[in-house]
Amino acid sequence: MGKLAQREGLGPGGKTGEVIAQTLVEKFPQDVKITKATQNRVFATVNKPAWLNVAAFMKDALDFDHVTAVSGVDWLEEKKMWVVYHITSYANRVTAELIVELPRDQLEIDSISNLWGGANWHERETYDMYGIVFLGHPRMERILTPDGTDYFPYRKDFVGGRRV
Amino acid sequence: MAEMWLNMGPQHPFTHGLWNLRVKLDGETIVDADPIVGYLHRGWEKLAENRMYPQIIPMADRLCYGASMSWEHLYCNTIENMMELEVPDRAKYIRTIVLEAQRIGSHLMWLAALGTDLGSYTIFLYSVRERELFLDLMQNLCGARMTYNYCRIGGVRNDVPANFERDFDRVLTHFLNRMNDLESLMDRSSVFRLRMEDTGVISGEQARNLGVTGPNLRGSGVEYDVRKDDPYEVYGDLDFRTCFEKEGDSFARYRVRMDEMRESCNIIRQAIKRMPKGPYRLKPPRNAPKGKTGWAHVEDPRGEGFMYVIGNGDDHPYRLKVRSPIFVTVSAAPVMLIGYKIADVPAIMGSVDMCLGETDR
Amino acid sequence: MSLYSFAYGLALWICEVIAWVFNTIGATGIGGWLVTPGVVEFLQIIIVALIVFIVGFLVSITFIWEERKVLGRLMDRRGTQVGFLGLFQNFADGLKAFIKEIIIPKDVDKWVYDAAPVILIGISCFMIGLIPWGPDFYLANLTNGVLLVFAAFSIAPFAILIGGWASNNKYTVMGGMRAAGQLISYEVPLLLSVASVVVLSGSLNFLVIVQQQQDSVWYIFPLIIGFIVFIVALIAEIERIPFDLPEAEAELVEGWMTEYGGMRFGLVMLAEYVRAYVACSIAVLLFLGGWSGPSFIWPEVWFLLKVFLLFAFFIWVRGALLRVTTKQILGIGWKRLMPLALVNLGIAIALRMTGVF
Repeated sequence: MGKLAQREGLGPGGKTGEVIAQTLVEKFPQDVKITKATQNRVFATVNKPAWLNVAAFMKDALDFDHVTAVSGVDWLEEKKMWVVYHITSYANRVTAELIVELPRDQLEIDSISNLWGGANWHERETYDMYGIVFLGHPRMERILTPDGTDYFPYRKDFVGGRRV
Repeated sequence: MAEMWLNMGPQHPFTHGLWNLRVKLDGETIVDADPIVGYLHRGWEKLAENRMYPQIIPMADRLCYGASMSWEHLYCNTIENMMELEVPDRAKYIRTIVLEAQRIGSHLMWLAALGTDLGSYTIFLYSVRERELFLDLMQNLCGARMTYNYCRIGGVRNDVPANFERDFDRVLTHFLNRMNDLESLMDRSSVFRLRMEDTGVISGEQARNLGVTGPNLRGSGVEYDVRKDDPYEVYGDLDFRTCFEKEGDSFARYRVRMDEMRESCNIIRQAIKRMPKGPYRLKPPRNAPKGKTGWAHVEDPRGEGFMYVIGNGDDHPYRLKVRSPIFVTVSAAPVMLIGYKIADVPAIMGSVDMCLGETDR
Repeated sequence: MSLYSFAYGLALWICEVIAWVFNTIGATGIGGWLVTPGVVEFLQIIIVALIVFIVGFLVSITFIWEERKVLGRLMDRRGTQVGFLGLFQNFADGLKAFIKEIIIPKDVDKWVYDAAPVILIGISCFMIGLIPWGPDFYLANLTNGVLLVFAAFSIAPFAILIGGWASNNKYTVMGGMRAAGQLISYEVPLLLSVASVVVLSGSLNFLVIVQQQQDSVWYIFPLIIGFIVFIVALIAEIERIPFDLPEAEAELVEGWMTEYGGMRFGLVMLAEYVRAYVACSIAVLLFLGGWSGPSFIWPEVWFLLKVFLLFAFFIWVRGALLRVTTKQILGIGWKRLMPLALVNLGIAIALRMTGVF
């Protein structure tokens, strides 16, 4: 992988995954729980009310500049949904996986589209497929399904054709 | 002329695939743009929840049919990360070689589409002629020219054919000579430069924030390549450079891809020399534990591809999420289009290398 | 033997045959009237016009064949293979254009929509008649032939504009306006180059210009700048790549011709190639010495050979270059070609006044 030399156009870098995990836990002791941290990976769960603050902190202080993905996961029997964020820091070469749990009867979470424009369409797709509303999103509309669809296709109680 | 919204698409000769680009025009200048996708949505992720893990490999081919091997490999890598399998070395080298050949093929297809957009069918035919050589190599290897179904969880489907090194060597030598011709047809053409320079400028800051990845990001001066910065397969052991340019216009993105094609030839040559003998496949477990997660990200020819899987306890995935690079780049298209003329739209969108299969999934 | 004398002989023969028929059935009045010089001359003109039109038309169609073959070879493929050497392709295309359904959109302006392709093809065929092929093979020997040809050439932007507008489609309106802008702005360097040739030769008559070139030197040598300006402006006038933005497939589907179907589209396409033929012919007549060449081949054949070679150069340009955008097209026309055309005109005037020509 080579030394973490400074590259043009990016921040100073130099923080490994363990350092980042530790910084996060120190700053948000009740809201962030680290599952695993290696040199270039961080796995954590975050509480919903503090999510926007955690995201803003990661962007400003820890050099996280690219949202790789925002996914929804539907746990039907446990009556909850996850929103899984994968956010990358180019300078530190670290990708963090952050899971926020939402109760299935109140599917709302703060949007991070105003911090990172790259999350914009990902959040729209998650709304389209799961019905999770991202508060503060500039344009919370369906994106992939046709206009006028009134169900959320990827939810587990929407059963498509089973082949196997 | 008053401002008007113009629909470029969904039926339109230049859009590579089925999408709609609504632009708001003030005379001939674009003041706003609104890309609309979703015409090709097949519910891929939901389909994947109904299939066994190996049955999803042909489906992954069809995510982006222009770069099938890349998506197959990404999927197999994701499942291997989830199941914590270590693929044998020979399989890793074969996969690397095939991935780089796929990258060259995909970039040649991009060049062909760019040629037709700009009005030069000569560029189209020359690129497609070179691409035929790589498709022949793939056909010798796995029997198919477009959707290969070659990677398996735990390795690759079959070992390399006889004369593998000789064929690759010949094709690469011939291709590098032809690259000089192809580049001179475009780099030294003042008409081409006139159309591509200073259009579609996106700065490095904007590109990073908006989630643009791959050659589009590297064309704006950000030196990030998943192969170098978070290596997978054998990229960590090979010696190559990240190609990037500083200006952020369409010409820079074009130059990045041409340089990447040459670097791919370099990588293939190194990998062929170092390929060890050994098994090319190992048998993965059938089921994955419930709740076990895994993810992988790779440098797709179009950007950063990423997949995330959660196991179900049996042989189906519980959730399989796909992140396609072009999905996010298209959302950044308005930044690249606003302020330019409508006649620049094919040059700009052509330099972004869109593939609708992976956008809509 | 010139074309007119050959036609006179043919007309006389036809009139005599018909007069003999009338005479044998007893209507000697009509028979007598048919062989008077007035009637024979009238028939002579019709025959000459027919011959010139058919030859010109066939040459234009052969241009289409030449384009497909040469362009194919440039792109590392064979051109069309239909029939012997691909010559049957044109007839196949014509047949296809005939049998296609003509779909007229709902709210078009009917009169204007019908008139636009008619004007275009009419004016193009009119120009065929003004081009002489040899010292004895022409339809009209006008004292101001050059002026008339360029006047007819310049009616095309009008037809394109009204055709695009009448089709009731945002894209075609834009295509029509772009085409009109491009064609009008390239008229100026075109006519300035022609003016320099006229200055050197002192006449607007094609036959006199070619005669002067045979006496002295082909005008391409003193007026090389003018030739280059003329060629670039011609490529823009006949709307070929690199200047074919008005009909750019990649952006505006077919530009101003989008809403024309079936034979109307066929006629418009044909008009484009007829204009290309007329353009190449004028370039050969004005700059490349017309039909002058060694006399072991007929002058008409020399002329056609040069026209085909010039068109092959145009095809080469098409094969190698890409389309240029509107802003850049207008920039090239006004900022690059105009000054060069003026310089060229100055050179021509200087050459004439110092008595070299």
